[in-house]
Amino acid sequence: MQAQTLYEKLFESHIVREDAGTYLIYIDRHLVHEVTSPQAFEGLRINHRPVWRSKSILAVPDHNVPTTDRSLGISDPTSKIQVETLDENCRHFGLTQFPMNDNRQGIVHVIGPEQGSTLPGMTIVCGDSHTSTHGAFGALAIGIGTSEVEHVLATQCLMLKKLKTLEVRVDGTLNRGITAKDIALALIGKIGTAGGTGYAIEFTGESIRSLSMEGRMTLCNMAIEAGARAGMVAVDDVTISYIENRPFSPKGEELEKAKVYWRTLHSDKDAQFDKTVILNGNEILPQVTWGTSPEMVVGIDGMTPDPQKENDLSKRKSIEDALAYMGLEPNLPISQIHIDKIFIGSCTNSRIEDLREAANVLKGKKIAKNIMLALAVPGSGLVKIQAEKEGLDKIFIEAGFEWREPGCSMCLAMNADRLNPGERCASTSNRNFEGRQGQGGRTHLVSPSMAAAASVHGHFIDIRTLN
Amino acid sequence: MKPFITYTGIVAPLDRANVDTDAIIPKQFLKSIKKTGFGPHLFDEWRYLDHGEPGMDITQRKKNPEFVLNQPRFEKATILIARENFGCGSSREHAPWAIEDYGFRAILAPSFADIFFSNCFKNGILPIILPAETIDDLFKAINKQEGYSLTIDLENQFVILPSDNKINFQVDAFRKHCLVNGLDDIGLTMQHSETIKAFEKNYYQKNSWLL
Ligand code: SF4
Repeated sequence: MQAQTLYEKLFESHIVREDAGTYLIYIDRHLVHEVTSPQAFEGLRINHRPVWRSKSILAVPDHNVPTTDRSLGISDPTSKIQVETLDENCRHFGLTQFPMNDNRQGIVHVIGPEQGSTLPGMTIVCGDSHTSTHGAFGALAIGIGTSEVEHVLATQCLMLKKLKTLEVRVDGTLNRGITAKDIALALIGKIGTAGGTGYAIEFTGESIRSLSMEGRMTLCNMAIEAGARAGMVAVDDVTISYIENRPFSPKGEELEKAKVYWRTLHSDKDAQFDKTVILNGNEILPQVTWGTSPEMVVGIDGMTPDPQKENDLSKRKSIEDALAYMGLEPNLPISQIHIDKIFIGSCTNSRIEDLREAANVLKGKKIAKNIMLALAVPGSGLVKIQAEKEGLDKIFIEAGFEWREPGCSMCLAMNADRLNPGERCASTSNRNFEGRQGQGGRTHLVSPSMAAAASVHGHFIDIRTLN
Repeated sequence: MKPFITYTGIVAPLDRANVDTDAIIPKQFLKSIKKTGFGPHLFDEWRYLDHGEPGMDITQRKKNPEFVLNQPRFEKATILIARENFGCGSSREHAPWAIEDYGFRAILAPSFADIFFSNCFKNGILPIILPAETIDDLFKAINKQEGYSLTIDLENQFVILPSDNKINFQVDAFRKHCLVNGLDDIGLTMQHSETIKAFEKNYYQKNSWLL
């Protein structure tokens, strides 16, 4: 048989039928949240269509839930209606949901893997662009729109065209303090936010193999910010040992059978990618974004750009606009940027390992005086419980952080957590677009340890210079 | 989805280019959890003199008498005609939902924004591209004649004028098939439900841990 890439293996094993280059692809797992599902469920009701395979669905409210005391309910009426509508739809259609007050509730992309409902070899969809996260397990995971959510609910299939394949190989070993977040940002800095458009990315190479599952999820999560609809990592021992003993993962004989198949989920030795990009792991520095797009990024030893040095007029204009929005001067060393707020959370960096990383920096320290608010928002109720078992909550609280309930929180400011105009935030989330974290808010994307270090010093600082 | 075969309706002239999705349905209505009920807020900012918010009683609102859809002669219109680049802006489907909910079945324009164009077909609306001069002639004719209506024969791909003159238009064969048969994407995939079941049988035999 012809050598295949991982993407081709996953795609081809799910083809139901083909019509002139459009494929009907079977979907194994459908993750559902409150924002993009209501109209899809309404469509089913209007047309009297049942859910094709309710077992494939795991639902959870995350975008609109408060991260403060939940016994008071949700105060924003539109948020409340969205969350209650999800409850009602799950009841009506008989779907598994972790409601707001269940301790398994959390960000949809955190709980899927945590519950073992994300498995290698699966096709996974969710009405959310960061669904690419689940590709870390050797799965084909893609974000879809509301009408596609309805399509998958009704038919268990999605109409897709084949993507091209892009190999992102990260050779060598990472330096101390360098995380998957830095790899992701360095990659986007190199290829741009449209660099992966039309491609499915597979991350390969020694640096990737050395990442934990949490790190691989962070990386695949950000594949979408590089323009790729899907990101993925081949299955290995790290993948398999993460999956074992999770509530929804296979057990006993079925697990053994599954493992045999999962072991085949990698690109064949001679497989051809449409394109390959190579990064050198030991050259990657801690990354900080300075602008309003994830590609506006530099290493911690860098400076904000000088628009005068840019000859392309439209690029010059976008640098000027971004600097103006961010309230930054050209040629300003990144380490001189002072911060008002800190956000550690989001589906990019809110897993236990992320919290450990940040706590490790914060241990015995206090946040700087200029930090008005520092939030630590665990990705799920179970992550929160685990962190509390390890005493991480105390480290955060003693440092001056607020320790919150799980949800999307200040990643997109759909609930009450947000920046005020002009406020500057070191954030572990994935998007630094204008207004993303609140109208007029200024976001710098960084890794959890870099956010923690910035909170202690009040400005960005090279994590590698700390003990 | 309602099948679209041959359709006759009064035409409303919206004499603007680059009508964007925010103008079609302003963003305060996107928070809704429904895909129906947007009709009363179609072109909200143009149609009413006050600022609209979800849940308002529209009978209490002040209509803009200048706006074309508020003029008595166009009140019953179900076909819309506009200038180039209709539907630019967001990819969200609220814009075609609002147009459909209001009661429009077809839109005629010299060009459409891509995503909006394909979202129309998904929601039972026929967007027809005609040369700018033809559109211009139609605008003139509509303004001259009260109750001006057109017949759209989708099967034979004609817009039929009151004079019985016919204007041919192009439409993708697959999309035409879906509209004529009232098939949305889901209805279309449902036609293959036996194939999906057969796939499942084989698939779960091989991957039994997923059952
Ligand atoms: S954490 Fe942010 S990016 Fe992730 S699902 Fe929530 S809103 Fe989207």
